[in-house]
Amino acid sequence: MTTMKTSSRWSGIGFQALAVLLALAFTTIVMLISGADPLQVYQNILTGAVGSPVKIADILVAWTPLLLATAGLLLTFTAGLWNIGIEGQITLGAIFTTWALRVLQPTDLPPALIITIGFIAGALGGMFWAGLVALLKIFGNVNEIFGGLGLNFVATALTIWLIFGPWKRPGVGSMSGTEPFPLELWLPTLQGFRLSPLSLAMGIIAIVIVYILLRGTYFGLRLKAVGRNGRAAFLMGIPTTRYMLMAFLLCGLMAGLAGATQVLAVYHRLIPSISSGYGFLGMMVAMLVNYQALWAAPVALFFAALNIGSIQLPIVLKLDSSLSGVLQGSLVLFVLLMDGVRRRLTRS
Amino acid sequence: MDTQIILIGLAGVLASSAPIVFATIGETFAERSGVINLSLNGTILLTAMAGFAVAVTTNSLVLGFLAGALIGGLVALIVAFSSITLKQSQVAVGFILALTCRDLAYYLGNPFMGLQGPRVASLPIPGLADIPIIGVIFFQQDIPVYASFLLIIVSYVFIFKTKPGLMLQGIGEKPATAFVRGANVNRMRYFYTVLGGMLAGLAGPMFSLSVKAGWKGTISGLDGFGWIALALTIFGGWNPLRAAFGAYLFGLLQWLGLVLQPSLPNIPSQVLQVAPFPLMILTLLLVNIGNAEWVDRTLAALPEKTRKWLANILRSLRTSPPASLGVPFENE
Repeated sequence: MTTMKTSSRWSGIGFQALAVLLALAFTTIVMLISGADPLQVYQNILTGAVGSPVKIADILVAWTPLLLATAGLLLTFTAGLWNIGIEGQITLGAIFTTWALRVLQPTDLPPALIITIGFIAGALGGMFWAGLVALLKIFGNVNEIFGGLGLNFVATALTIWLIFGPWKRPGVGSMSGTEPFPLELWLPTLQGFRLSPLSLAMGIIAIVIVYILLRGTYFGLRLKAVGRNGRAAFLMGIPTTRYMLMAFLLCGLMAGLAGATQVLAVYHRLIPSISSGYGFLGMMVAMLVNYQALWAAPVALFFAALNIGSIQLPIVLKLDSSLSGVLQGSLVLFVLLMDGVRRRLTRS
Repeated sequence: MDTQIILIGLAGVLASSAPIVFATIGETFAERSGVINLSLNGTILLTAMAGFAVAVTTNSLVLGFLAGALIGGLVALIVAFSSITLKQSQVAVGFILALTCRDLAYYLGNPFMGLQGPRVASLPIPGLADIPIIGVIFFQQDIPVYASFLLIIVSYVFIFKTKPGLMLQGIGEKPATAFVRGANVNRMRYFYTVLGGMLAGLAGPMFSLSVKAGWKGTISGLDGFGWIALALTIFGGWNPLRAAFGAYLFGLLQWLGLVLQPSLPNIPSQVLQVAPFPLMILTLLLVNIGNAEWVDRTLAALPEKTRKWLANILRSLRTSPPASLGVPFENE
């Protein structure tokens, strides 16, 4: 029995290694098609990611919202929900944070308090948007994928309307975003870096909390039951709707905090693409780690490194930086495919 | 407003909705057979780029459209293989493909950005084009638009009036019964998923070679149409006629957004362009809410007359998915 378990674990690792190789091969072929020199590209991504202390710190800056988003998504995935609306939830978090800061900026409240309120507002914004998806699903039977997608577009439109309308920069509104906040409303960063230790700590705490919730609590166990078989869970007396609602709200909370971080620690204003795609990237991370919290943090770190590493591709090699998305996507796809192949082979 | 402008506007709505009609009917075929192909948004972007790139390089529109169909079919084949043969989650694989194909389109399309390319010429149908009103709206279009009209009719007749169409409904509703009656369920699912993918793959070149000619990377304005097509499949209740109606309604709303723009100077154009999305949620709510349990309970508490009236409205709006949509089939 033990030997079988070990051998299946080893075969699992073998298939995963094969999946990584296939993803690398696929991405390399894509590079060759575009006429780029793959070695040069990989080297560029590597130096772009870890070439200097500032860049390494930038990876952690990108890691923070990705961790928050992934942590929240692990909860919704566990409850069997596809929270594609997370992009909009991050955006609403950013909007609410900006709103709070704009309202409180003229008052003489201490900056630390304003920033704290900004985070709370962000969390509420994310919960509000996630709550809408949940209500549409629970009371309107609207699949969360479509409710969420629609609300993503609405959130983007809302952002653009605010930037060009009520919150427009003095003079004329532009795609560069709203007027930046004064320095005292920036979350403090390490000297010479863009990294804010506070928000990083928040991201790490979020994933740890989710790990503990799913691993060792009654709540986590019931959430899993809801996700595995909602009907059976309901018949056993678990209030499934309430658990689904809670998963949505908690995910929205973390997504909202991710949006707040983007405003308070990274951009210091509202910009049109404030979510930076971290919500969808978080879904990829969650899928890649098979919805297990333990591996989410390192994989998210790796994905953040790929994002940072590809930033300079357009400047140095005249290649589109979406290449990192191709590598991330093919990685998740091949891991899923190879997992299917392994199951099929072991079944027969 | 001038009648002529309205007529040309309506003709434009039919033309700009043509790619969505293709994508939505393609998805309808796949989902009727029981497979959700969630990759549509990526498929449309990738085939728009590839169709344009091929047409520019070879100077052949036909090859551009062929490339689109081929790639769309290939992406759908990955969805079919991973869900039917490997029993992985259709939604997961489709979602990954939606993102990856989008990034592939932006990466590989980089050298083709902003290039001048061939464009499908309009082809007024002699005789019909001169009929007042109808001629302007329907018969001064290009071949892809005529193809979209044809597709609506042919797919409707196929699904509801032919034997293979009934079989298609069967493998989505009751695969076990269809299997007993001699249908090779999984092979048919492969076929219809790939067919649907090829139709969706034609939507891309229809954009990049006709409706929104050219490739402009992230600002091509094509990101989102695939998700719309997926929502329209539900709105359409897996019926090509109703799906096409949804696509035209969506196109009409977008057009109205553009027309109303000058009279609403305080609202940025980007906002009006997404106005259909909240309406989309609303319509999905309307077609789905009839399935919710609490609605039945509330209705039961209402007085007879109101209840019947409300129930009739909800029933006429309601759509229900094929019973085994997303459920793998094992023939044992």
